[in-house]
Amino acid sequence: MIVPLAHVLLLAMLLFCLGLVCVLVWRRSVIMLLIGIEVMLNAAMLVCVAGSARTGGADGQVAALMVMAVTSAEVSLALALVVYLHRRRKTVDVDAFRELQD
Amino acid sequence: METTLFYIFATVTVLATMLAICARHPVHAIIHLVTSFFALAVIFYLLAAPLVAMFEVLIYAGAVMVLFMFVIMMLSLGGGDSDKRPGPRLWLPAGFLAGTVLASLLSLATMAPSPQTANVITAREFSQTLFGRYGIAVEIISLQLLFAVVGALYLGRPRQRGTAAGSGEEAP
Repeated sequence: MIVPLAHVLLLAMLLFCLGLVCVLVWRRSVIMLLIGIEVMLNAAMLVCVAGSARTGGADGQVAALMVMAVTSAEVSLALALVVYLHRRRKTVDVDAFRELQD
Repeated sequence: METTLFYIFATVTVLATMLAICARHPVHAIIHLVTSFFALAVIFYLLAAPLVAMFEVLIYAGAVMVLFMFVIMMLSLGGGDSDKRPGPRLWLPAGFLAGTVLASLLSLATMAPSPQTANVITAREFSQTLFGRYGIAVEIISLQLLFAVVGALYLGRPRQRGTAAGSGEEAP
């Protein structure tokens, strides 16, 4: 490995915390919240790839690919949900969607 | 050399992500996030995963971020448009990030391959692991993608009582 594993994990930790902050701070917009989830999933992928580089096998990279596929499914569904909610309420504020039934 | 490049790209990734989550405009956040994903792709490449790096650029920066952009523009969440030129407040971070990435990529492209990069996971090894040992996972993921398509179609269908049936967006 070109760098110590701890440094890669540190970078992944930083990215994850940034994504977490984004999710917690941006309650005004669902889009920014989804961006925060993307950043967190990228940090998880970085951990998978770092583990793969450490052990020398391809297993971690396969896991990273799976994370990517899950993310694309999640994003397509979540953005369809955002479009649906915006059509219904004309806003993307998270706090505006408090009721299960309208 | 590669170690230095790793730290440079790690800095670029963290900086671009910070700029993305602090951006006031969602479109700016998307653009900064694309920068962050490109730098992360180079980190994947340095960590002996060229295939994952390619997928990162293709799927994340290419497909997912464009999907975000599409939804932002479709819902016109981007606030008012201004046709002024962007000021130095916008030029400075973008120019700094782009310059750092360009210089690092140039040095990466021109340097001789070091012996440490000899054990990269090739596409053959990757696909043998993917379709051999994890074949079931591929099937489950494809099933999940199918569910996502069905769910997105269900959510995006035109409303029954709506006046603009068929069009994606109704005029208020």
